[in-house]
Amino acid sequence: MATFRIKRFNPEKQPEPYFEEFNLDIADGATLLDCMNEIKWTLDGSLTYRMSCRSAICGSCAVKANGHALLACQRQGEHLLDNDDTITLEPLGNMKPIKDLVVDFTPFWDKINKVKPYLEPKDEAPAKERHQSQEEFRIIDDASTCIMCGACYSDCNTLEVDDNFLGPAALAKAQRFVGDSRDSKTLQRVQDLSEPGGIWDCTHCGECVERCPKPARPFDRIKEIMTVALENGVHNNNGARHALSFTNSVKRSGNLNENRIPVESMGFFNIPGLLSLIPIGLRMLLKGKVPPVIHHSIDEVDDVKRIFKELDQ
Amino acid sequence: MIEHDVVIIGAGLAGMRCALKVCKDLDVGVLTKVYPSRSHSGAAQGGIAAALGNVEPDSWEEHMYDTIKGGDFLNDQDAVEEYVKAAPDIIYELEHMGCVFSRTPDGKIAQRSFGGHSKPRACFSADRTGHAILHALHEQLMKNSKSVKIYNEWYMHSLIIDGDRCNGVVVSNIQTGEVEVIRAKAVVFCTGGYGRVYKITSNAFASTADGVMAAFEVGIPLEDPEFVQFHPSGLYRQGILFSEAARSEGGYLLNGKGERFMEAYAPSRMELAPRDIVARAEQSEMDAGRGVNGEDCIHLDLRHLGKERIMERLPQIRQLGIDFIGVDCITDPLPIQPTAHYSMGGIPVDKGCHVILDSEGTKMHGFFAAGECACVSVHGGNRLGTNSLLDAVVFGERAGESILEYVKGKDLGNVNEGEEKAKVLEKFEDVFQRDGSESYNDIRDEMKEIMTTHCGVFRDAEKLKVCIETLKGLQERFKKGKVTDKGKVFNTEIYEIMELGNMLGMAVIIATAALERQESRGGHFRTDFPKRDDEKYLHHSMVYDSPDGLVIKTKPVVITKHQPTERTY
Repeated sequence: MATFRIKRFNPEKQPEPYFEEFNLDIADGATLLDCMNEIKWTLDGSLTYRMSCRSAICGSCAVKANGHALLACQRQGEHLLDNDDTITLEPLGNMKPIKDLVVDFTPFWDKINKVKPYLEPKDEAPAKERHQSQEEFRIIDDASTCIMCGACYSDCNTLEVDDNFLGPAALAKAQRFVGDSRDSKTLQRVQDLSEPGGIWDCTHCGECVERCPKPARPFDRIKEIMTVALENGVHNNNGARHALSFTNSVKRSGNLNENRIPVESMGFFNIPGLLSLIPIGLRMLLKGKVPPVIHHSIDEVDDVKRIFKELDQ
Repeated sequence: MIEHDVVIIGAGLAGMRCALKVCKDLDVGVLTKVYPSRSHSGAAQGGIAAALGNVEPDSWEEHMYDTIKGGDFLNDQDAVEEYVKAAPDIIYELEHMGCVFSRTPDGKIAQRSFGGHSKPRACFSADRTGHAILHALHEQLMKNSKSVKIYNEWYMHSLIIDGDRCNGVVVSNIQTGEVEVIRAKAVVFCTGGYGRVYKITSNAFASTADGVMAAFEVGIPLEDPEFVQFHPSGLYRQGILFSEAARSEGGYLLNGKGERFMEAYAPSRMELAPRDIVARAEQSEMDAGRGVNGEDCIHLDLRHLGKERIMERLPQIRQLGIDFIGVDCITDPLPIQPTAHYSMGGIPVDKGCHVILDSEGTKMHGFFAAGECACVSVHGGNRLGTNSLLDAVVFGERAGESILEYVKGKDLGNVNEGEEKAKVLEKFEDVFQRDGSESYNDIRDEMKEIMTTHCGVFRDAEKLKVCIETLKGLQERFKKGKVTDKGKVFNTEIYEIMELGNMLGMAVIIATAALERQESRGGHFRTDFPKRDDEKYLHHSMVYDSPDGLVIKTKPVVITKHQPTERTY
């Protein structure tokens, strides 16, 4: 007998959420969604969640199970049991609960809308199809598998502290057009995506890749946009400058010049930005955290340089 | 009261294509009980048909003949002709919108073979073609968001009819439970199929006959409801879809003895015979005790295709096997069985998607339908794989075109808002007031069970009579069901109950039409009448409601180029 510990919330009844437990024998081969349906249809009809296709393509049934977002229809119930034969279900994170496991997707879709998620073609439509090579297709293949389930958005660590961040799903969607050989706005897109809230605000934790139920893997797509942005010379922002400074430092000395990177990231002529570093610098000084003024290279710096040379080639 | 020039119910391929057609000129509302990107069109996997000739020379004439033969000559051939002729341009248009397609080595849209098609004409995006098109259309809607208002998670309850004109719909917001009236010059139903009446089905939980039953309740007949397609490769016990693309890429079907049994049923096309024939072959093998381990199960064997081809062409199917049953099709065969998949029948419409009331083509003005909920009929008795996405896109666009013409100079019709709202509020109240002595879950399970065993791949008079009686008993019990959630906010229980009511009504209609048609044609097979009978039944069924129960009339089949011949593969 398994225990389902489910976070319940019904604003019509009481303002605070609470946990309720249901006991259920998990039928052979039952998905988590099958189990949720069994609870709803035989134990408590008021249990509320979204679902539709049952085959991991519509993206309706994403919930948090044991603390992590997943698609309920895609996982076997048995596989999610913890050591106490319990599965804890909660609504997706980073979005406001409406009732039980249903959350408000409005901010999610607003951010998808912000990345201009549609093709802006290069020229007038030809009589037949635009040609695209198999290699060009592969560049957008993975991003186009996104089902908008919100699992990545739910567990994104940046979104937890920064509402302004576009989030992994919107950025993966953006890559689908940045990488599309038929699109004309690549430069404009990477410029927009380099603004605050865009690609450079991602903390590279990789949580979205862990949660993605499809091959969309948002962080991989974010890295691809970063590459396109740098290749197109879109450097005039803290994120790009930080990435370049980081690379240069390692290239030159084999390790990080922690005095130089913040300054280079802000930009030498960015006076307000540089001034904003002063309080942090002072606090670091007081705590004895300031790195040595003279930066030393590591002993094997020549090996590092060789690696960079090979990478360049 | 909400007002729009046009209100479209359903935001799958047909609904969104229609919205895009009219949004430049008209004020459009699109209502969906999920979100557009969650529509069941997205679950379509294998492809969308068009005679592009990108891989082998092809023509609309061949596409037309294949479709008619596949449909066992019940298709209206004038409609089929227009539909296949429109196909190439509609595909190019999708590509121009940005739809992601797999490509040939020279960069054109790739095409592959499919059951019943004599040429490789299925354009595809790996094994998620519906998903690719659905998202491309959704992207275009987001681009046009200023002229299209999308009502996410709203439910349509009923049509507002005044004589021979449709003036709007009564709807409710699932998130708040508020009932609203939408007044519109034109109403379009793109509400999809009703496979959920079956136990084993590939359909989404949302595919519950809401649209067709709302039409039926205002006196519109349903055409050819007995024709339900069973897809040969549903995942064993779950019913979810393993695309026919698995067979077009070369997959074998094996019985419990390890034999490629299609040899005995369709020697020339083998696994790529039309779906009705393959599904019947599987069921015959299982009924004869030749299922895998003697169970209702057949093996879909892809192992000989090799890892590389599977990963390139069928990645999603492979993942579904791993996630849902722990079987990797690279190393092991997949267990499958026939699964209720598609409704060839639906709301009768003419080639311009105007809803019609009889065999004379009398119109219900201002009411249009497209996609799976409609019956044009381009699919006849059995739809070929990849023809449904095409149907949805072509006729979604057609519906839009007809509406642009129709609304010229039209005003909004008269609607008594209070009265219309009250009728729906009464429906809610009725559910809340029931005595609660019956379980809706039991009723739903029993409906699905009897439909699968008695009105499934093989039917006969005896079984169908039992089926109808059982369903009528369930309809009585339905009036005494128990509801637990009496709140207004996101009450999914109450909507499931309304959907169940629709499904029970639809199930009776399917079984009654199946009993009436004493022949075997396409997806409808009667073991007591195993032959096609053109003399008596080369016509469409038109099922009407009446005070004395269901009445079935007929509508002639339009035959232009191809006289019915024996159908062998």
